Amino acid sequence: MNAAPASKSYALPAPLPLDSGQALEGARIAYETYGELAEDRSNAVLICHALTGDQYVASNHPITGKPGWWERMVGPGKPIDTDRFHVICANVIGSCMGSSGPASEASDGAPYAMRFPVITIRDMVRGLVALLDGLGIEQLHTVVGGSMGGMQALSLAANWPSRAARVLVIASTARHSAQNIAFHEVGRQAIMADPAWADGDYYASGSSPDNGLAVARMAAHITYLSEEGLTAKFGRRLQDRDAKSFGFDADFQVESYLRYQGSGFTQRFDANSYLYITRAMDYFDIAEEHGGKLADAFAGTSARFCIVSFDTDWLYPTSESRHVVHALNAAGAKVSFVELSAPNGHDSFLLPHEELDRVVKAFVE
Amino acid sequence: MSGSLNTLRPDLAAIARHVARRTRVLDIGCGEGELMAVLEGEKQCDARGLELDPALVARCVGRGLSVVQGDANTDLSDYHDKAFDYTILSQTLQTATRPDLMLDELLRVGTRAFVSFPNFAHWRTRTALMLGGRMPVTRALPVTWYETQNIHHVTVDDFRELARAKGAKIERTWFFANERAIGPVGANWRAEFAVFQLSR
Repeated sequence: MNAAPASKSYALPAPLPLDSGQALEGARIAYETYGELAEDRSNAVLICHALTGDQYVASNHPITGKPGWWERMVGPGKPIDTDRFHVICANVIGSCMGSSGPASEASDGAPYAMRFPVITIRDMVRGLVALLDGLGIEQLHTVVGGSMGGMQALSLAANWPSRAARVLVIASTARHSAQNIAFHEVGRQAIMADPAWADGDYYASGSSPDNGLAVARMAAHITYLSEEGLTAKFGRRLQDRDAKSFGFDADFQVESYLRYQGSGFTQRFDANSYLYITRAMDYFDIAEEHGGKLADAFAGTSARFCIVSFDTDWLYPTSESRHVVHALNAAGAKVSFVELSAPNGHDSFLLPHEELDRVVKAFVE
Repeated sequence: MSGSLNTLRPDLAAIARHVARRTRVLDIGCGEGELMAVLEGEKQCDARGLELDPALVARCVGRGLSVVQGDANTDLSDYHDKAFDYTILSQTLQTATRPDLMLDELLRVGTRAFVSFPNFAHWRTRTALMLGGRMPVTRALPVTWYETQNIHHVTVDDFRELARAKGAKIERTWFFANERAIGPVGANWRAEFAVFQLSR
């Protein structure tokens, strides 16, 4: 099952302080790099991954064997050109692909499970900054992220303003809305309602809350698509049958697709990580961290920003991106913004889009 | 890639020459950012752009410019009072839903405003309409009436009247015909394009 070589792993030299007031002892961060680091260390690009993403941005996933999640964007001659840039992509803390998370061993040798401290987006970024310190990278050429990755990019810019010269935020937001939180809560409740969840202590039991996690993924997956995209892809077409079954099989293609997405996801993701990371996203509100005014979060920044949204993204709609742009403008930051047209909702940032390629390439040049 | 003052369209060159160094500028309808590039490169300005077309925004981003995609009819309200030393509206006024309200916004957001537009009272336009009896398609207005984005044609004299009605002070004017500057005498007949510098 594990064909690809394991990621590099960085052991943090000191406990990682957390927004909750706790500290994470003995934390590790798993990461991948692509392309050579220039002698003056000026060409490092940090790519921050989304909720269920990982460090395998441009290499095969060790569990699924699938290509990297942004291989069309990152590689030799690609918009983020690894012939020019040293690309770093790290698994966030709280996740389950090699960085410290609820499935990792605590100091007593047993998995943390729900003993893992609740983390925030800023805590994830604090971990990434510790990694950059360890790698000797003082300032990133660019920090890039889509969705939750964009939240990390904004958090880095707000809290460690000297660490990135350019900040590229795609299909993201500076705060989680009530609707965002609501969808996440559905997912968490699905996991916790699964008897196999066992209050999070399932690691030694030989079973895991796959049913709950699959339902969480199915609900979330709908939010990543658009009505237009779903209609175009599935309509009311039936799955491998000529007539409705008058039962509760996956009669419709869209049902079959969601079930497939849900069960596939459980092969590669830890249910407790899903709880922790969605919580971190729900707690995310950069303005709240900076006295209630988003512009104050970016006061005095000298970074260049580029914000990109998609017209069919209803999870992090253009209005949220514009809110960030107004704040950056009010802070006097150099900011560009573009709303791209794409049929596939939030997921558009991961799909082929020539205009997105052009904007990304142009911004990192 | 920075532009050069000498290769700018004449109305943009006139504006570029009269923007003071190291000032804050908002270019509304900035297109590919030719003027912004010159202002940043030659005048060390902090130039920002607003542009409707995402492909043009992408090109500006590629030039290292800071451009926000948006609609000048609605999005100027996002900017603070006097956030800029200059606001620039080049050949866009005649496409506005409400040119009068847009002029108000230009003078609210900027201490000074530059406005350039094609003059509908140029003799060529008048002749085409008078003799041809059809909506003019000329060098300055090359698109048919049903395809043009110019929904509010304006003349030099109309604009002077609008400025007066809005309490805007006309600080300077420039007029162009055949891509060359011409004097102000008979501008409402002679000018293909006009540039006004305003304040309030």
